[in-house]
Amino acid sequence: MNPRRKKRLLVIIAVLFGIGTSIGLVLYALQENINLFYTPSELIDGKGPNKEKPHIGQKLRIGGMVVPGTVERNEQSLQVSFKLIDTGPLVTVRYQGILPDLFREGQGIVAQGVLVEPNVIEAFEVLAKHDEEYMPAEVAEAVKGIKHEKPKYNLDSGS
Amino acid sequence: MIPELGYFSLTLAMVLSVLLCIFPLWGAHTGNLRLMRAAPSLAVGQFAFVLLSFAALIYASLTDDFTVSYVAYHSSSTLPWYYKVTSTWGGHEGAILLWLVMQAGWTAAVAVRSKSLPWVLRARVLGVLGFLGVGFMMYTLLLSSPFERLLPYFPVEGRDLNPLLQDPGMIIHPPLLYMGYVGLSVAFSFAIAALLTGKLDNTWAKWSRPWTMTAWGFLGLGLTIGSWWAYSELGWGGWWFWDPVENAALMPWLVATALLHSLSVTEKRGIFKSWTVLLAIAGFSLSLLGTFIVRSGIIVSVHAFATDPDRGLFILAFLGVVVGGGLALYALRVSQVYSEGRYKFVSREVALWLNNIFLVVATLIVMLGTLLPMVHKEMGLGSISIGEPFFNKMFAILLVPFAILMGIGPFLRWKQNKWAFLQNKILMGVLASVVITCAWLFSSYELVKPLTLLATTLAVWVAVSTGIDIYTKAAVHGTLIEGLKRFTVSYWAMVLGHIGIAFIIAGVSLTSAYSVERDVSMKPGDIAQLNEYEYRFDGVKTIRGPNYSGHAGVVSVLKNNELVTRLHAEKRKYDIGMQFMTEAAIDAGFKRDLYLALGEQLSGDAWSLRIYHKPFVRWIWIGGVLMSFAGFMILFDKRYRTSAKTARKAESESAL
Repeated sequence: MNPRRKKRLLVIIAVLFGIGTSIGLVLYALQENINLFYTPSELIDGKGPNKEKPHIGQKLRIGGMVVPGTVERNEQSLQVSFKLIDTGPLVTVRYQGILPDLFREGQGIVAQGVLVEPNVIEAFEVLAKHDEEYMPAEVAEAVKGIKHEKPKYNLDSGS
Repeated sequence: MIPELGYFSLTLAMVLSVLLCIFPLWGAHTGNLRLMRAAPSLAVGQFAFVLLSFAALIYASLTDDFTVSYVAYHSSSTLPWYYKVTSTWGGHEGAILLWLVMQAGWTAAVAVRSKSLPWVLRARVLGVLGFLGVGFMMYTLLLSSPFERLLPYFPVEGRDLNPLLQDPGMIIHPPLLYMGYVGLSVAFSFAIAALLTGKLDNTWAKWSRPWTMTAWGFLGLGLTIGSWWAYSELGWGGWWFWDPVENAALMPWLVATALLHSLSVTEKRGIFKSWTVLLAIAGFSLSLLGTFIVRSGIIVSVHAFATDPDRGLFILAFLGVVVGGGLALYALRVSQVYSEGRYKFVSREVALWLNNIFLVVATLIVMLGTLLPMVHKEMGLGSISIGEPFFNKMFAILLVPFAILMGIGPFLRWKQNKWAFLQNKILMGVLASVVITCAWLFSSYELVKPLTLLATTLAVWVAVSTGIDIYTKAAVHGTLIEGLKRFTVSYWAMVLGHIGIAFIIAGVSLTSAYSVERDVSMKPGDIAQLNEYEYRFDGVKTIRGPNYSGHAGVVSVLKNNELVTRLHAEKRKYDIGMQFMTEAAIDAGFKRDLYLALGEQLSGDAWSLRIYHKPFVRWIWIGGVLMSFAGFMILFDKRYRTSAKTARKAESESAL
C-alpha cells in the first residue's frame, strides 16, 4: 500500500469509528429518555397485545380524565392528589406544586412521573395542554377512540 | 362582500403565480427574453393581490364580521383592536395566509433587487419562487381558506383569541418566524436556478448570500422572541421546551447557519459548491417539514390548531415534490460540479467544514428526537415521548468541540497556517478565559459545578478569542482605530454573531445552574426568602381588563429591608371560553430576573405562589438578538449592493 492510500484508509477508519461511536451514544441516550404513554386502564390491565405492565420505579406518562371530587389538597403544603380514569379502573396521581391553569375536575390531563405503587404515580409534571375541546389529543384518542375532529361551533357561546 | 373580495384577489394572485412559474422558466429554457422579462412584474403583481387579500381578512376581523368562520373562531368584539389584527394569524387559515404574504413579499423583493443578475438566472429564480407560490396558494384556496362564511346561522359573538396568544410577543413572533421560514425559499430557489443553469460558481454564492443571511436573521429573531414569549406567558419560567414545534423551527435555523458558513467558503474560495447547494435545498425542505409537523396535527402542542388529515397530506405531497424534485435535479447535475482549490488540514476551509458537520449533526439529533415519537405512533407502536434530558445531553456534548472550534476558526487563514502563528493566540485565549471565568464564578457563587465551569469557560473563550482576533487583525494596520475602520461589514457580522453565541452559552449555563424556584403557600403579611431577596405577600386584589377579570397577587420584593420592586402576578379568567391564564410578574434585569406566578386560592386568604430567581436568563435573548442583527448587517455591506453600472453590464451581457 502506498503512503497516500494508507493515509486515506486511516482517515476513513477514523471517520467510521467516530460515526459509530456517536450513533451508539445517541441511541443510548435516546433509550434512557423514552417515556411510554399509558392510560389508567392500560396501567392496571397492561398495554398492547402482550398486556405489558410497567414496573415500579418506571418513568412514564399517563393521561386520563380527572375524576370529579377526588382532588385532595394538603392544607399546609402544596401537596395535591387526584384520581384519573379513562374507561375502567382508577389511578391515583400525587403531585407537589402548582397545578396548571387548565387543570379542572372532569377534564383531561397528562402527567409525567414515576410509578411508585401499581396504581399510584408520583408526578413531577402535570400538563393540561388542550385543543379546542379542552382535551389533550392523546387523551381524547385513548378515552373515546376518536380522531381529532373540528369542534362544532356552539351557537350559544358568549351570548 | 369584502371577504369574497379577499378570496377573489387570492385567486387572481394564484393565476399570476401560475404564470410566474411557467413564463420565465419556459423563457429561460428556450431563450425567449420577452417571456423572461415578464417575471418581475408578475412577481410584484402577485404580491399586491396577496396583500389585498390579507387586508380583507384584517378588515373582517376589525369590523367583527362573525359571519366569517375564521373571525368567529379566533376573535371577539371585546378584543382590543391590536389583538384583532394579530388574531388574523392566531389560527391555522390566517397563519397560512400570512405565510403567503411573506412568500409573495420575498418573491417581489427578489424581483426588484435582482436587476444585476443575468436574465436567465433571474427568470429561473423567480420561476422557482413562483412554483412554490402556486403550491401554497393552491393549499390555501382548496383546503384552508380563511374567508369561509358561517351563513345563514352565524354567531353574535366570536370565540375569542386563545388567551395565550393575547400577548405583545405574539404580535411579532409569527411574522418574524415566517419571514425566516419563507426567506429560506429564496436560497432554495437560487440553488435550483443555479443547478438548472449549470453554473455553480462563486457569483451564485455571492448573490445568494445576502438573502440567506437576512432570512437567517429573521428566523433567529423569531426563535428568540418565541422563547421570550414562552418564558413570560406560559408561567413556568422555562425558555425552551424541546417541543416539536420549537424543534421544527430550530432545524432550519441550524441548517441555515451551516449554509451561511458554507456559502462564505464557496464565495471566497470556489469550493464546497455541491455541499452548499445541498444545504440550501435542505434548509427550505426543513422549513416545509416544520410546517408539516405543525399543521398536520400529528403532534400535541400549544401551537397545533384544529387539524385536518387532508391538509397534512397536501403538505406532505408538496414536501415530496419540493424535496424530491430538488434532490433529483441535484443528483443529475452534481456530477458536473467541480470544486478546485487546495487546502491543508489547518486551514479556515477545514474549520468551516467542521462547523458544518457539527451543525448538521445537531440538526439530525433534533430531527431524530422530534420525528421518532411520531413515527412510533403512526406505526401503531403506541405513544411515546422523548424527554428533554436527551436533547440537553446531546447538545451539551456537541457544544464542547463546537465552541472550541468557534474560538480558533477566526484565527485561521484560508489554505494553510503555520502552527507557530496560532500557538500564542490560542494559549493566550485559553489562559485568559480560564482566569476570567474562575474569578467570575468563584467570587459570585459558593458552589461551582464542573459542568457549569466548563460551559461558562467555553462562552468566555468564544468572546475572548474573538476579542484577540479583532485586536491582532486591527493592529496590523498601524493604530488600532485605523485597523478597526478597515474591517469589512461581514467581518463585523461574524464578530457580532460569535459574541451572540457566547452570550447564549453563558446565559444557558448560568441560568440552568443557579436558577432557584420555590412553591409556597402564603397569607397576607407572610414573607418568603429566596436568595438575597425577601418576598412579602401584600394580599390579592381583583382586576378587570377589556375581556377578562381576575385576581392580582401583590408582592413587595425587599433586599436588606429596602423595597426593590412591587410585583403584580395576575390570574386572569377570560370572559369567553372561561379560560384561566397566569400572567407572571417579572422584574427583569441584566444579571437576574425575579419571576412570580400566582397559583390557586388554597383556603381562606392563603394563595399558592411560585417564585423564581433566574440569573442571567436575559443573556439568552440578548445573544439571540445580537446574532440576528449580525444577519441583517449584511444589508449594509457595499460588496453586495449592486451599482447601476454593473446592472447595465449584466443586462447587456445577457441580451447577447
